[in-house]
Amino acid sequence: MSKSDNLDIQIYNFAYLDENTKRMIRRALLKALCIPGYQVPFSSREMPMPYGWGTGGIQVTSACLIPDDVLKVIDQGADDTTNAVSIRKFFQKTANVAVTEKTSDASIIQTRHRIPETKLKEKQILVYQVPIPEPLRFLEPRETETRKMHALSEYGLMYVKLYEDIAKHGHIETAYAYPVKTNGSYVTDPSPIPKFDNPKMNNNPAIQLFGAGREQRIYAIPPYTNVKSLDFEDYPFEPMKANFKCSICGSSDSYLDEIIVSDDGKRSYICSDTDYCQEQTRLNLKKEDQL
Amino acid sequence: MYVAVKGGEVAIDNAHSWMSEIRRGDTSIPNISLEQISEQLTLGVDRVMSEGSLYDKDLAALAIKQSRGDLIEAIFLLRAYRTTLTRFSYSKPVNTANMTCLRRISATFKDIPGGQKLGPTFDYTHRLLDFKLLAENETPISPTKKYNHKTMPHVLSFLNQEDLMQNEKDNDLDPIDITREPISYPTSRSARLQALSRGDEGFLLGLAYSTQRGYARNHAFVGELRIGIVEIELDIPELGFEINVAEIILTECETVNQFQGSKIEPPQFTRGYGLVFGQSERKALAMALIDRALRWKELGEDFSGAPAQDEEFVISHCDNIQATGFLEHIKLPHYVDFQSELELIRKIRADAKINMKR
Repeated sequence: MSKSDNLDIQIYNFAYLDENTKRMIRRALLKALCIPGYQVPFSSREMPMPYGWGTGGIQVTSACLIPDDVLKVIDQGADDTTNAVSIRKFFQKTANVAVTEKTSDASIIQTRHRIPETKLKEKQILVYQVPIPEPLRFLEPRETETRKMHALSEYGLMYVKLYEDIAKHGHIETAYAYPVKTNGSYVTDPSPIPKFDNPKMNNNPAIQLFGAGREQRIYAIPPYTNVKSLDFEDYPFEPMKANFKCSICGSSDSYLDEIIVSDDGKRSYICSDTDYCQEQTRLNLKKEDQL
Repeated sequence: MYVAVKGGEVAIDNAHSWMSEIRRGDTSIPNISLEQISEQLTLGVDRVMSEGSLYDKDLAALAIKQSRGDLIEAIFLLRAYRTTLTRFSYSKPVNTANMTCLRRISATFKDIPGGQKLGPTFDYTHRLLDFKLLAENETPISPTKKYNHKTMPHVLSFLNQEDLMQNEKDNDLDPIDITREPISYPTSRSARLQALSRGDEGFLLGLAYSTQRGYARNHAFVGELRIGIVEIELDIPELGFEINVAEIILTECETVNQFQGSKIEPPQFTRGYGLVFGQSERKALAMALIDRALRWKELGEDFSGAPAQDEEFVISHCDNIQATGFLEHIKLPHYVDFQSELELIRKIRADAKINMKR
């Protein structure tokens, strides 16, 4: 560790936030876990990264971290995207915790826009970065109104929107941040994950925590909670992905990113989850060795 | 190509070192010192302290230097630093009537007890580029007496005596601290004033201007604008008395606005209030106009649908650190969400083409 890294640890508290702030966030987290899917207001702090860069997730991770934790940070499913690198470095610097890229080795995973392909386990925490925590926001801009709608379970407006999509286009026009109902009660924003990931939220053994820094909201899905994507009996929810195989590991069941590989616009598809892709590649090599 | 898309670690390090080099600029030109920034770019320093919600000239100057003069970036640096400071106490309310004024004007009365004092203002300068400043080493000296140390009563208090001005009632509640509690709507005037005082000068200016052009028009007279030094007093429980811990410069603006009266109340003037760190007249005036526009409900006025009257709209969008963060975050990768949109639009178009053929 360089000298300046040591200095930073001395200047700032463990995981950056002071203990009173962490206590305030932990209280909000406990409340959120007691009322699955309910958005708990919390007094979000200004972090050394901009709002929109995952300040909610960072504050939640900061409040959860203990020195024994093993942290994984992903953005778009990948450990080496710029912002994931930046957030991981931040916690290495301020909390000096162990980090990993392996989903199965992590005790806390902070994510933006994806749920890892590898199944999560009990005692793991998945922290989502959330831009707009309110699933009704684009139907009703006022917080005073949307809070009332949640309190009264008045979700008709949302169903009308989904119905109109089907009437107009034959499909529900939401491909990511597809709304879910948590524990049969609150309609919840899953953060902008592709709807391919929605089924992974249901009955998940891990704790799922959601932090929205700018909007000052925390919500949670406790382990083994029912999470249902909104749909109609005759138009059931369908997860969606590009119908190809990963050009690196050959996987056909993981979410794929489309990349443009030549000047004439030729496309190729690769796993968005880099850890999963590497693991599949390793297994493929092992199989080849055995043959 | 796989490496080009991902692999951010090296890219980040390179970007940072390049930025440091560019920040320093041409090394044959002397490095700018923090003292130069805090002494010669004072109004920029004041804005950074005001919107950064942290009164520290040295840190604000450092932030301006580090941010290459991008004031919103500098404000952001101060705000992030502020998070790490322990909140150990709240000061006593500052008494602006005891302000040592370097500027104090009224647009409502020609002569006022304590007198008008123009102070260091751009107001009556001709905006001609002063090429004398190109020359080094000028030391301008002003013969004026700088400060009035006498107590100056607020101009609006004279209207209060006649009951012409609505009396502000103390609700005996502690003011809300929006940096410690999340705002919930409808909120209180204390929370609104705090949010506006930290709010973006440009946003406040535009909104205040909109009220002048008829969107929730309520003509404002500047009853008083004062800039000066106030003392910050802190109760020390261990000592059993209060001590003066700091002196800061504040700009305070009180506007006089019309009020039509109601069946139970005769017409009376009402007040808009602005208070900001440092010398920032534009911001204090804008804040006062918006404060007044937001008081429509309390004063029994109509909601005309104007943005400046809409508490949730104004307060949730006035913070430039929140705004710039969320605006600029769209530069971050959105490969995954965009991919899901690609799949969906291809599917919808394929279905539509089949339907059109039918």
